[in-house]
Amino acid sequence: MSGKKKKVEYKKAKETVKEQKPKLSRHDFIKKTWKLLGIIAGVEVAALTINVLSPRKNDSSINKILDAGQVKDFPNNSVTPFRQGQFYLVRRNDGGFLAVSLKCTHLGCSIAWNESENQFVCPCHSSTFDINGEVLKSPAPRALDIYEISIDNGLIHVQLDKRNRRSSFTKSDITYV
Amino acid sequence: MDNNSSKENILVRIKKSIYTGSINPKDENDRIRLAIKSFILHLHPRMINESTIKFNHTFGLGGMAVLLFVIQIFTGILLRFVYEPFPGRAFDSILYLQNEVLFGQLIRNIHHWSGILLILITFLHLLRTYFTGAFHPPRQFNWVLGLFLLILVVFSNFTGYLLPWDQLAYWAITVSTNMLEYIPLIGSSLRELVLGGSEVGNSTLLLFYNFHTGIFPILIIIVMSFHFWRVRKAGGVVIPEGNNSETKMVTTIPHLVAKEFVAALVLISLILLLALFFDAPLLDKANPNFSPNPSKAPWYFMGIQEMILHFHPLVGAIIIPLILMLFLFLIPYLKYDTDKSGIWFYSDRGISTAKISAITASAITIAGIILNEYVLDLSTLPGNIPPLISNGLVPLLILLGILYGFYKIIRNKYSADKNEAVQALFVFILVSFIILTLTGIIFRGPGMALGF
Repeated sequence: MSGKKKKVEYKKAKETVKEQKPKLSRHDFIKKTWKLLGIIAGVEVAALTINVLSPRKNDSSINKILDAGQVKDFPNNSVTPFRQGQFYLVRRNDGGFLAVSLKCTHLGCSIAWNESENQFVCPCHSSTFDINGEVLKSPAPRALDIYEISIDNGLIHVQLDKRNRRSSFTKSDITYV
Repeated sequence: MDNNSSKENILVRIKKSIYTGSINPKDENDRIRLAIKSFILHLHPRMINESTIKFNHTFGLGGMAVLLFVIQIFTGILLRFVYEPFPGRAFDSILYLQNEVLFGQLIRNIHHWSGILLILITFLHLLRTYFTGAFHPPRQFNWVLGLFLLILVVFSNFTGYLLPWDQLAYWAITVSTNMLEYIPLIGSSLRELVLGGSEVGNSTLLLFYNFHTGIFPILIIIVMSFHFWRVRKAGGVVIPEGNNSETKMVTTIPHLVAKEFVAALVLISLILLLALFFDAPLLDKANPNFSPNPSKAPWYFMGIQEMILHFHPLVGAIIIPLILMLFLFLIPYLKYDTDKSGIWFYSDRGISTAKISAITASAITIAGIILNEYVLDLSTLPGNIPPLISNGLVPLLILLGILYGFYKIIRNKYSADKNEAVQALFVFILVSFIILTLTGIIFRGPGMALGF
């Protein structure tokens, strides 16, 4: 009998202790603080790592505007490779210019100009592109990137820092004299 | 200091201080003491279940992987004394190694062949673990650790692939990392982070070199130690079924150690033979303006490259590999009918369903490759359906449908239990993956056209 009574008393005492307990005990507070500090330290380490690993800022010493030559040097319907600038300078039948990137849009291989078939061919997965860089045969998902061109006084300038992605060829891609 | 040691000369005393065990064990107790006291042999328990050391129970694959890793560390350290991780110097330093350094070519060859074998043997180790059911409790988490090791081994190899800076290296890394571009939203920036820039260049080489010779080896050592520790905590490797009751324990020395020694010698001679007769490839110096035809990813990624010839890259290079990795990681945590382990292919029905699965998968995969190549190209179907749907999501759903249907057939028609049905699914995926990889390595010629 007394044992049962004791149990009930004990239970009551336990409940009152529970009620008196503050919402955040000192123990919990310290535990949570440690967790918070841990998270902050983790974020710091992650940010530092990503910062160290992230690509370097572009080297400003590299010339960003390439002087491609005189307009008259490029006959109509011609494709001239500029290997160091990583593009082909295309002059269409109507006299318009395009600076087409060398990089295939599929997996980044270097495309080659096939004179006899009048198309660009990628050696990696045999995507083909027409003279404007438009996809003729997949797996390439979009047209070749182009660089911006400006022409003044019959001199062609290709802006190597302005490479534009495009899904397909449009008339506005062409630069006329 | 007792009287005995004072009479011995200093060399004997030094030797005794290093080597506290009996150097020439005379009886069983001596050998047990040796296993406990020797640093390297301490990795083993002093006694071991006799049924687990039969060679064709585990084929010693885990031990071979450790040996290969050690070979890579030693040859890698030697290579580091010659190699220079800068685009202008890297290729020339390899030439110097091969032409001027004594046995330089041989060291490079050993490193090359051990690297290839390490991937193959780690993969075979995974298969052995799976097909003997050694992923059930208490080995669940060790399966996950093993997968991490496999991933680390593959990426170690991948980062090493770039270092010679020849055409093979440059374009393999270009093609592989460009697959990342197809991840929606973060693809481009992830690729730039991996390359340290917009193209494979200075930063890429430095980054890969650091991961290859620093970070990955350290991570492997850490995870490997954890892996070993879990093996010991599970009571050693999985015990063959039927031997549980009549466990006969034998001393590690000489029973296990002798077998390990033989396996190590055979493996080392195999590597030496390969290294003597087949040089590690070295093409021309890397030329960013000219892609060789064909440009292929490293051989262990050829399965993925083969898939992107058939599916939209987002599906072929990203979604399907992610689904497969998820499946591999979840294998020990699926709900099974039993946790039976230690028996090859689980049961007699397990063997027959695995065979059916292998045959079906071969037929479907080969037929799929040929149909897609010569007859039906989903991306050129009439109607203006975006390629991501026509050539990506639609075939993905068909593929998942085939897998699900196959699972159901194995479950119902062959009345297989869950263990056997999941195993059949595993075999199906495994065989398809192997066929895709072999197709990519062997049958893809210029322009990635099929050739025989």
